[in-house]
Amino acid sequence: MVEAAKQYTDFYAQAGKLIAERSYGVMNAPRDEALRTFSTLGFPTKKVERYKYTDVAEDFAPNYGIGLTPLQVKGLPYCHRISEAPIDVAPYYNRLADKQDAVVALNTLLSVDALVIYVPRNTKVQHPIQISNVLKGEQNTMVNRRILIVLEQCAEADIVITDKAMDQQHFLANQVIEVFAGDGSQLNLYELEETHLLCTRYSSIFLQQGRDSKVRHTSFTLFNGHTRNRLDACLQGEGAEVVLNGCVIADKTQHVDNNTLIDHQVGHCQSNELYKYVLDDSAVGAFAGRILVREGAQKTVSNETNANLCATHSARMYTQPMLEIYADDVKCSHGSTVGQINDDALFYMRQRGISEKEARLLLKSAFITEVIESIPFEPLRDRLHVLVDKRLRGELSKCEGCKLCK
Amino acid sequence: MIMLQINNLHATINGKEILKGINLTVRDGEVHAIMGLNGAGKSTLSNVIVGHPAYEVTQGSITFNGKDLLKMAPEERAHEGIFLSFQQPVEIPGVSMVNFMRAALNAKRQYLGQEPMSAGDFLKLMREKRKIVELDSRLTSRSVNEGFSGGEKKRNEIFQMAMLEPTFSILDETDSGLDVDALRIVAEGFNKLRTPKTSAIVITHYQRLLDYLKPDIIHVLIGGMIVKTGGPELALEIENRGFDWIKDEAGL
Repeated sequence: MVEAAKQYTDFYAQAGKLIAERSYGVMNAPRDEALRTFSTLGFPTKKVERYKYTDVAEDFAPNYGIGLTPLQVKGLPYCHRISEAPIDVAPYYNRLADKQDAVVALNTLLSVDALVIYVPRNTKVQHPIQISNVLKGEQNTMVNRRILIVLEQCAEADIVITDKAMDQQHFLANQVIEVFAGDGSQLNLYELEETHLLCTRYSSIFLQQGRDSKVRHTSFTLFNGHTRNRLDACLQGEGAEVVLNGCVIADKTQHVDNNTLIDHQVGHCQSNELYKYVLDDSAVGAFAGRILVREGAQKTVSNETNANLCATHSARMYTQPMLEIYADDVKCSHGSTVGQINDDALFYMRQRGISEKEARLLLKSAFITEVIESIPFEPLRDRLHVLVDKRLRGELSKCEGCKLCK
Repeated sequence: MIMLQINNLHATINGKEILKGINLTVRDGEVHAIMGLNGAGKSTLSNVIVGHPAYEVTQGSITFNGKDLLKMAPEERAHEGIFLSFQQPVEIPGVSMVNFMRAALNAKRQYLGQEPMSAGDFLKLMREKRKIVELDSRLTSRSVNEGFSGGEKKRNEIFQMAMLEPTFSILDETDSGLDVDALRIVAEGFNKLRTPKTSAIVITHYQRLLDYLKPDIIHVLIGGMIVKTGGPELALEIENRGFDWIKDEAGL
């Protein structure tokens, strides 16, 4: 554990000056504190509640080259390098991120640039903004990705973030996204991972919502190596609504851990959470979702569901829906299921002439259809149906539809 | 021509023997009815014919148009022309009727060496076949059997039969749970699909369905064996007298 952390502190001791030179001042400000946190805590062990299902030290142990390349942001409306952002980012940068999380601290320590997506008040972004993260390199590489999303009052935006990997190297991506959804704002944030078995992804999203804001986050892990996604949503203004949906398809030795917190700090807010996993071969899935209804957060409405399909006996799923309520006038539900392919349905389909393989595929696809159908943006929905079908057929190329590979 | 030939068929489920030596011959164009008490093995027989993996054939043979059926996977049997109208059709949430039927139809076409059907032709075929059982288009745009009433599920079975055009069909208590109108629609639908080259086994407890289907031969299955075979008049006699006299006759 200590060794794994040491490689990063050693690196920072050498490269800290270079990082500071390359970075915007606002990003340098919290580095000392981040270094202290990271050095003191080290990587979280499985004894740390929120990292119970993932061996962080093991994921960060390999010797990676660490990417320190600044961003190139050209011609994308509303998107800026942090140094070129049209607003003062100091009140936003690193304000939501968990200061006691070593993985987040490591990102704060090593990030050299950040992408700022800023949507001014009353502005409705017409076309979805797509951010493609493409991992490429000649050697094993770690990248630290930082995104700041600021939606002012009544701003509206759809953002699609995709993760892809071009080269067959070990990649470790550690991302932190901070999202400020102002009063009355609406945000649809989609994340789609299609990398490969040698990729490790750590994602930490911190979301703060104002009054009557509506945020929907949909996460698709279609192909990966090791993935650990954290999302903390903090409902701070009355009438705020948050939807957290996710879908995981994993086989071989893939590992996907989704860990969420929805913090109902005030009353009259709604949250809905639906995560579905299809696990095959020896894949391991984990879901831990905590809903916290604070004292006084009356009239909270919250639903949390995690449903899982283990297609083999060697696939494993850990599921932990959690509901903590400190208010007395709320409507909340939470639940999870783990099941196998329905044999009756399988036989029914085979009797109609559908091969066993095809029938299994249709049943798996049917299982996650609910998550795809919940997406309000039709072109993405259609695209995901195609991608999921290809994925289940084992035909998903690692750069499906990617310009760079054509 | 003999279509289906069953010889001395024994079958077990979870080690328990249910079928104890069934002999049955179905020729082209014939409709056979199988009647008998609950638990006699009627559904087991139909499940064994279609290759349900829960049942194990311990003895005997089934040939279909001269081919050894027991060597085939359930889907191959379907491609060869065998269709089971399920006693309890299964709900498959998330799989649309359209995708389900298209997958089934194209699998069969592939087996027969034909090109997949175009989307346009397929939808046209669905519309056409739907009429046979007066199945609402609202139902075919839903997930397979999800939220269908009992009667709608049975109609949907005959609709699927119309789509797949099997040569040999098994109707396993297709009349159970149907009101008189639905029963008539289902039975008339089945009759519309009959040709001199198609045969069927109809499993039922009631004369009413047989009034419509007019089977050629009636079998009585008791205790895993066919104990009596006769013409259509046998069904009427069972309707009037029950099964006890047959049991007595057979010495059971």
